[in-house]
Amino acid sequence: MKREIPLIISMASGIFVLVGFFVPHPAIRAIYDDIQQWVIIVVAFTYVLGMANLMRINVEQIQRRSKDWVYKLALVVSLLATMAVGFSEGTHYLDDGTKFSWIYNTFYSAMSATMFSLLAFFIASAAFRAFRVRTVEALLLALAAFILMLGRVPIGSVIHPYLPVAADWLMEIPQNAAKRGILMGAALGVMATGFRVILGIERTYGSEGGGG
Amino acid sequence: MSRLRLDNRALRAYRPLRTARRNTPKGAPSSVKSAGWIVLLSLGVIASHASGFPLQATDTRNDGGGSVTLGWTPPPRPPAQWIVYRAEPGQAFAPIDTIGGELAGYTDEQSGNHAVRNGVPYRYRLVPLPVDATLLSDVSPAATPRVSWFDTGKLNVFIVITLFLGLVLYYIRQSERGKVWSFRPIAGLIAIEEAIGRSTEMGKGVLYVPGVQDIDDIQTIASMIILGKVARMTAKYETPLLVPANSPAVYTVADEVVKGAYSDVGRADAYRADNVRYITSEQFAYVAAVNGMMLRERPAANLFLGAFFAESLLLAETGHETGAIQIAGTANVHQLPFFVVACDYTLIGEEYYAASAYLSKDAKLLGSLKASDTVKIALVVTIVVASILLTLGQPGLAEFFATQ
Repeated sequence: MKREIPLIISMASGIFVLVGFFVPHPAIRAIYDDIQQWVIIVVAFTYVLGMANLMRINVEQIQRRSKDWVYKLALVVSLLATMAVGFSEGTHYLDDGTKFSWIYNTFYSAMSATMFSLLAFFIASAAFRAFRVRTVEALLLALAAFILMLGRVPIGSVIHPYLPVAADWLMEIPQNAAKRGILMGAALGVMATGFRVILGIERTYGSEGGGG
Repeated sequence: MSRLRLDNRALRAYRPLRTARRNTPKGAPSSVKSAGWIVLLSLGVIASHASGFPLQATDTRNDGGGSVTLGWTPPPRPPAQWIVYRAEPGQAFAPIDTIGGELAGYTDEQSGNHAVRNGVPYRYRLVPLPVDATLLSDVSPAATPRVSWFDTGKLNVFIVITLFLGLVLYYIRQSERGKVWSFRPIAGLIAIEEAIGRSTEMGKGVLYVPGVQDIDDIQTIASMIILGKVARMTAKYETPLLVPANSPAVYTVADEVVKGAYSDVGRADAYRADNVRYITSEQFAYVAAVNGMMLRERPAANLFLGAFFAESLLLAETGHETGAIQIAGTANVHQLPFFVVACDYTLIGEEYYAASAYLSKDAKLLGSLKASDTVKIALVVTIVVASILLTLGQPGLAEFFATQ
């Protein structure tokens, strides 16, 4: 039963959502909306579990003085401090001028932007590897990238007026064709995965039980 | 044109125009008052026998009822605004809304005092604002809102899904009778087992990143399914498996999947609760934490399987720096180039969704892959035929498969 009940819930929910996609009747829609509300409630509970997991793992590592434990301490202290500030400001904690907003804008936004900025350097190093021409495919990739990059900057049209046109053609014809092919395959994959779950033949997400 | 009555009931039913109220600043009630005079004037016009341009009113198709759609051809010189009037059988016209004069359609799905009730035939008329009898619309034919049981706009999707489901069931039946199919080898999927074996030999762990979307995303669901297969392998080899989750719901599911997989292969004692972790739901904070794990713990294999966005290259490049064997899989087309460049193997689109069936070699699951391939052939044939027909001036098939 430990395995069957989750499977039955998955199948029933899957069938209902599928039916709800095609039937706009309010009776079906009302249940559909209720299920969405249940999902929000369940996810809210998982935040408690997630927080507990986060605290347990990091506090244990701080106690054991494991490698880089100072970072874990910084995490726990900043987490608790931010939560305390947020709770002290009540439901308006996200308003402009609150201490919570100040913490978010001063610390989190800056650090997040720093992480994102690293992408520029990673793109450069990845491009260096990608554009080393070793095979015919790599040559085609490098040529396409060369035309595209030149075609999308002002100097491209100065070098040759046809470069922006070629860049647009690359994006609209070969790129779009390949992308649509991938998307069609992915869409069929999505349907196949959905059917496998709804029909109960995909059971990997649940324990088979018994061990052995 | 049917004769319209102007009586007190219609005036009582009237509520001040929303637009007038919306545009009236505090302390300036005069504009609402003037709107009241405009309505009185317009009620006078609507009671006249003047005829105007045709106004169509029909039940809104494929909805849950309580809605009527109006359509008209705007006059050459449209007014600034239209007042929409509505009448129920045996009752006078009453204004329900004010809309822009440039519009050519309106959907009446009023609630509250003006609620549209299913089964009641409604008639409509448009009155211009400023009031002008020459721009009055005809009274529309009666339209009765009804509840739809099937969205006919999704018939094409329904046909493809039904065909797909039928084929899945057919091929599952075939597999139960012992039919075996062969599929092209997918290097990335073969490499997953090799990568885990390599980690085992090196005495290092496997890092499994399930993407940055929540559990309601199909890519994350597919990732959880693959995680089950990967966890079975790591459990057999007693290789540490690290799963950092970026959503608490994903963490909860991943923890259950890994625990179940270890239990299924009889290695429940090898399961370490600390190895499946909730990190954070913030995208770049998550990247920082996972990159830190890669640099500190140096896993020998990194598996990036799920939905990824801007963080794809940040993760994959860091993993590349650590020298780990990297396998990525996603259906997010825009992230594929980054993974192709920075990873050793990349599962592209459908290969990613095929992974669980491919890894398990279960005949029923492989049946669903066979169905997927068959539908793909059918779709390609349909696209070719529709393109030829469209070129020959027959757009019917192409239009049928256009989605809304």
